[in-house]
Amino acid sequence: MASIDIENVSKIYPGSTARSVADIALNIKDGEFIVLVGPSGCGKSTLLRMVAGLEDISEGEIRIGTRRVNEVEPAHRDIAMVFQNYALYPHMSVRDNMAYGLKNRAVPRPEIEARVAEAARMLELGPYLDRKPRALSGGQRQRVAMGRAIVRQPAAFLFDEPLSNLDAKLRVSMRTEIRRLQKRLGTTSIYVTHDQLEAMTLADRLVVLNAGRIEQIGTPLEIYHRPASTFVASFIGAPAMNLLDAEIAGNRLRIGDEVLDTPVSGAAGKVTLGIRAEDLMPADRGLSFTPDDIEDLGAQRLVHGFVAGQPLTLVISPATRVEDCRRLAPKPGALHVFDTLSGARLDLHTEHDSRPVLPVGQGL
Amino acid sequence: MNKVTPFDHLVLILGTLLMVTPIAIAVMTSTHTAADIHVNGLSLLPGGDGIETYSTVLTHKGGFTGQVTGARMMMNSLILGLGFAVGKIVLSMLAAYALVYFRFRFATAMFWVIFTTLLLPLEVRIMPSYQVMAELGLLNTYTGLIVPLLASATGTFYFRQFFKSVPDELLEAARIDGAGPVRFFIDILLPLSRNMIAAVFIIMFVYGWNQYLWPMLMTTEESFFTLMRGIKQILQVWIGSQIPDYNQAFALAVLALLPPVAIVVVFQSWFIKGLTESDK
Ligand SMILES: Nc1ncnc2c1ncn2[C@@H]1O[C@H](COP(=O)(O)OP(=O)(O)OP(=O)(O)O)[C@@H](O)[C@H]1O
Ligand SMILES: [Mg+2]
Repeated sequence: MASIDIENVSKIYPGSTARSVADIALNIKDGEFIVLVGPSGCGKSTLLRMVAGLEDISEGEIRIGTRRVNEVEPAHRDIAMVFQNYALYPHMSVRDNMAYGLKNRAVPRPEIEARVAEAARMLELGPYLDRKPRALSGGQRQRVAMGRAIVRQPAAFLFDEPLSNLDAKLRVSMRTEIRRLQKRLGTTSIYVTHDQLEAMTLADRLVVLNAGRIEQIGTPLEIYHRPASTFVASFIGAPAMNLLDAEIAGNRLRIGDEVLDTPVSGAAGKVTLGIRAEDLMPADRGLSFTPDDIEDLGAQRLVHGFVAGQPLTLVISPATRVEDCRRLAPKPGALHVFDTLSGARLDLHTEHDSRPVLPVGQGL
Repeated sequence: MNKVTPFDHLVLILGTLLMVTPIAIAVMTSTHTAADIHVNGLSLLPGGDGIETYSTVLTHKGGFTGQVTGARMMMNSLILGLGFAVGKIVLSMLAAYALVYFRFRFATAMFWVIFTTLLLPLEVRIMPSYQVMAELGLLNTYTGLIVPLLASATGTFYFRQFFKSVPDELLEAARIDGAGPVRFFIDILLPLSRNMIAAVFIIMFVYGWNQYLWPMLMTTEESFFTLMRGIKQILQVWIGSQIPDYNQAFALAVLALLPPVAIVVVFQSWFIKGLTESDK
């Protein structure tokens, strides 16, 4: 059990001049579950592998506990890793797969047996201990990979997309299981995924990466409610947040010819306005909306359409008629304003409290 | 898949006959006496002389020195075949391991140099090899017979391709599990290569077993003669009116067949797997 400190770490792969990971600073508390999330190629795996010791650290320093590990072999970093393809040793039984790392560390045999038995019990792998990985289902292999990490009792778990080879249903149940195990063991964990739902449900803190840089660090809800940039806003949350070209003029937000009632403070000029699909409601006054296409998901309906010629998606309950959605108003406090050029969040004061857009009680 | 027709069977039967008949003739002919063979030619029916011929071949002390028996020659061939196969596997696995898993300068260039020597047959370098062995005083020794031919481009190539197909994550998992280079090789790579080793073993054993030119150059003492030379030797005894011991030559040929057949039979399931699929 240990904290992990990543201090201004960069990675420049040999033969390339670009930084695949650029100047990452992140302090992970003991026992914390950190999820690295971002689109493909943003450097999640690279960062994780630098913590594991599988890639050299080009710049900066990584400390596990208080010990600098830049030059330490993976075996001596006191970490365990779960790989996307599980990387189980195909010729060893489940038992031997779990015990191998302990044998190499000269852990006494009774101790190995006790730890393997305990992990097998926790992961319900008892009946499979003498099978080869080939004779297991994907979910069971995944558990074995987890077991191999658990028996080591390391200071930290590192996960690189451990669930992405499983089907959707199994992914959900394994997700809860990983979360439960981690809480129970209290082991510091770094978890890489590009699935934002996995990221939201697992993380104590979420780190959103883009092109090798940190876009935002925060709890899942902080990131959901206050995305730091248009990139985060469009990456976290499904359906993606609507981003519209807008303009501040006379303390009001204008989208084309449409004007929002909510007063905003802030310099006049062009901005990007973000509104989540679930934060828009049918109203008597508001943005005029032209519905175009409907997706029925059962519990909710997605309505795709246009506001002032710009695409916009709206979530409504199945009971709501699309014809009622001709005019839309945002929920109070649901507006996100971003700088058009940099994409960074602008913290403007929107005075939704003093003058509510909607009569209280009206909603979906 | 089409339905199997009688015609398919016909083709298969003809093919089988084509392969099996010469062997059957050799086996059958070896059970006749030399005179009988000389008069009546090859035979497809068993004669009454089998046991006597085979026991003579295995135990009769022949040759100029009167020291070398068929059993002795068989042992020499076995030593050559096994030494070849085992030595080549060990060397080529180590070479391939270095080429695939260690980053050193010119690794790729070195691989291609090794690969190019695949194209050169043994005969091209047989004279220099002979000279080196002669100057080291290794003529008429097993070391001299086996060692110069151990470097194997074929084996290195096969193992290199196989090691490359082993997922990188396995190495990484092993590194995290505290396995160093030697451990990884012994605990992980070796067991995974089992099928490949079996395949290379068969190929190399048969190759060593069938060596003719090299042992002939390297050995002048009869106690080092191999079966392949023995067969030739018998047919050379064509002095005066003496009839060559055809029956013994055939018996030796049949004996020479047995060990490779046995090895293929034993290893065949691994062999086929090794050549066709890599164990996932
Ligand atoms: N061995 C390598 N040599 C050179 N560049 C590399 C190497 N490995 C990765 N990269 C580059 O580094 C960047 C980050 O790669 P990385 O594998 O960390 O992405 P990722 O976020 O894990 O993506 P994914 O979600 O697809 O796994 C990519 O642009 C990739 O091209
Ligand atoms: Mg990755």
